[in-house]
Amino acid sequence: MLLCPKPCYPELLMKGKAEMNVEKKMKKTMIALAGNPNSGKTTVFNSMTGGRQHVGNWPGVTVEKKEGMFTHDTHEITVVDLPGIYSLTAYSIDERIARDFLLREKPNAVVVVIDASNLERNLYLVTQLLELGSNVILDLNMMDMVKSKGVDIDTLKLSAVLGVPVIETVAHKGEGIELLKQAIIEISVEKADSFRIDYDQDIEDQIETLQNAVTLPGYPSRWVAIKLLEGDAEILKRVKDSNAESVILESQAKLERHLDYDLETALVERRYAFLSGLVKESTRKILDLMDRLDISDRIDRILVNRYLGIPIFLAMMWLVFQLVFTLGAPLADGIDSFMVWFGEAVSSGITGMKGPQWLSSLLSDGIIGGVGSVLVFLPNIMLLFLAIAILEASGYMARGAFVTDRFMHALGLHGKSFIPMLLGFGCNIPGIMATRTLESEKDRILTILVNPLMSCSARLPIYVLFAGAFFSRNQGLVIFSLYLMGIVLAIVVARIFKGVFFKGEVAPLIMELPPYRLPTIKGVLIHMWERSSLFLRKAGTIIFLGVVLIWFLASLPLGAEYASEQSVIGKLGLLFAPLLKPAGFGSWQAGVALLFGVLAKEVVVGTLGTLYGVQEAGLTSVIQTQFTALSAYAFMVMALVYIPCIAAIATIKRETNWKWTGLAVGYSLVLGWGLAVLIYQIGALFMALK
Amino acid sequence: MPLSMVRPGQRVRIAEIRGGRGLIGKFTHMGFYPGVEIEVISNRPGPLIVSRGGVKLGLGYGMANRILVSLIP
Repeated sequence: MLLCPKPCYPELLMKGKAEMNVEKKMKKTMIALAGNPNSGKTTVFNSMTGGRQHVGNWPGVTVEKKEGMFTHDTHEITVVDLPGIYSLTAYSIDERIARDFLLREKPNAVVVVIDASNLERNLYLVTQLLELGSNVILDLNMMDMVKSKGVDIDTLKLSAVLGVPVIETVAHKGEGIELLKQAIIEISVEKADSFRIDYDQDIEDQIETLQNAVTLPGYPSRWVAIKLLEGDAEILKRVKDSNAESVILESQAKLERHLDYDLETALVERRYAFLSGLVKESTRKILDLMDRLDISDRIDRILVNRYLGIPIFLAMMWLVFQLVFTLGAPLADGIDSFMVWFGEAVSSGITGMKGPQWLSSLLSDGIIGGVGSVLVFLPNIMLLFLAIAILEASGYMARGAFVTDRFMHALGLHGKSFIPMLLGFGCNIPGIMATRTLESEKDRILTILVNPLMSCSARLPIYVLFAGAFFSRNQGLVIFSLYLMGIVLAIVVARIFKGVFFKGEVAPLIMELPPYRLPTIKGVLIHMWERSSLFLRKAGTIIFLGVVLIWFLASLPLGAEYASEQSVIGKLGLLFAPLLKPAGFGSWQAGVALLFGVLAKEVVVGTLGTLYGVQEAGLTSVIQTQFTALSAYAFMVMALVYIPCIAAIATIKRETNWKWTGLAVGYSLVLGWGLAVLIYQIGALFMALK
Repeated sequence: MPLSMVRPGQRVRIAEIRGGRGLIGKFTHMGFYPGVEIEVISNRPGPLIVSRGGVKLGLGYGMANRILVSLIP
């Protein structure tokens, strides 16, 4: 550009400026981001798009779709993050989503993020994408690991053979990202269709035959032919309309006659043979993979060991809970005090300004009190997500799924269900959402149905109050018994539902185990924030609305004392009281508290305080007069089981449908009430007999 | 012999994978198909870890019995 002799330089400069002014509007394009799980794809995505991300759903399914954006020069690039996949078969929903998107939306380019220390397996996806006709940019990520092994990759060779630009990056350090962005902008839209894996002559003959016999509009013909030979279920379905079926079967039969095993495996094998050759030619020192395996292996021999695996896992879990509860408690108390102070400040502020009483009440009692009781849990939840983010990033989470797989299997569940269950102890909402990683719909729904029995952190204050009032010497034990009961019930309910609704095998667990890695602080914090903010948003909006609703019901009819027996909500409580009598707590206050608990469990204790007209400190003594030890325990059991909060119900509906949501609500109500009654009645009988 | 009976540290060659198409499809495309050499990293009733060229795969309950292998001396 600047190699012009002096005279014309100023002219060019002027011309250039004029052009720029015309082109001021952004050129918008869209690209897709693909790659294996654990390739660092997410890090690349985060590096490129910064905070400008939007999370949604792929249409029609509950798989998460992430979209982001970045600008470079005069270009505005939208980046669509495809799910982590290994290939483009029809076997998993993630892969189907990816290929549907690529075929329909035709992004300008597909950046494939590759773990460069694992070239062969990672490149498999690249070959699949190239056969699909995608405009690929190869991102060799984790180059730091490659270099530290003393391996040299001939990127020019890779680029030449595959016909794609190759960029080296170290995403977690941010290296190479600018070059990547540049490559994205510079990529020519006219792709060279030159890439072709040479399957053996016999196979190539049949590919040609099928190309001539079958056409599928919108799909590249060679790709379709290969998929048909592979036996791709989805493509076969689409082609069923034409009369090509016989041709397909004939081609398949012709080939299988010559092969030792099925046609699909032969095709896969051919691809890997090609890749093996390519990798050998492009890497100077064949990565001594035994080195790479060594450290992770040695760790695994201990952690996933026959005898130590489970104890170590339990120790990890205990550590997590310690972190969450012991560390979180002082922070939670801090927020609690702040909320109380804030509520009073607002209240007196409004009174001082001679504002209406109802406004003061709405703001102070209703909103601040209500929403405040949710925010109190934020530290606990954030710590839980932090712990989980660390476990995931370090690679231990995958091992955990395996250690628990056997146990889960006995319950009729999947090893991958353990993460949603674990999350459920913090809050059922992210727990339910985490079931998206389960591939089988049956397993997913079953895990969702049972998740609320994992006693969420919102129920804890209820236990602390009642156990503290009646079982002060054995407080910890009693609370633990409740958690345990939740788990036991989950097992029982899971088995029953499995037998009734989900007969059949649990999907087998096949999961890649990433090498152990030291988590980066940045990555972990981003993950933690992603999940926490989701929880905040969901819970916050619904709880906010719920709390205002409660406030209304408690303040009407006009003239009635706030949250008294005469108010609407008090009357509602009276309505339910007789139902609760057999469980030992037939007072209208208990009824109201439980009713409020439907909106959010965090609210129950505060509600009791309001209804009995005492601050939480005095609540213990009041409770001791209103309940007995037995009815207290029954109440706690009811609180454990009876119904998920509205936000959780909404999440269940979002992830499943009305039928399953109805079942979840129904069974938990019946089970909760039934158990509470049972415990109280049997206990009372026992005591009467003494 | 089924993979479940192989001791950790052994190298074996995959002979046959028994199962429905969906079951083995993912496995195949990840590079684990008949003829391929793999190493057993850890094994016990249930979770089984194998590796092929630096890729470590965990196999859940029940999978190990469906994969038939031959020992490599």
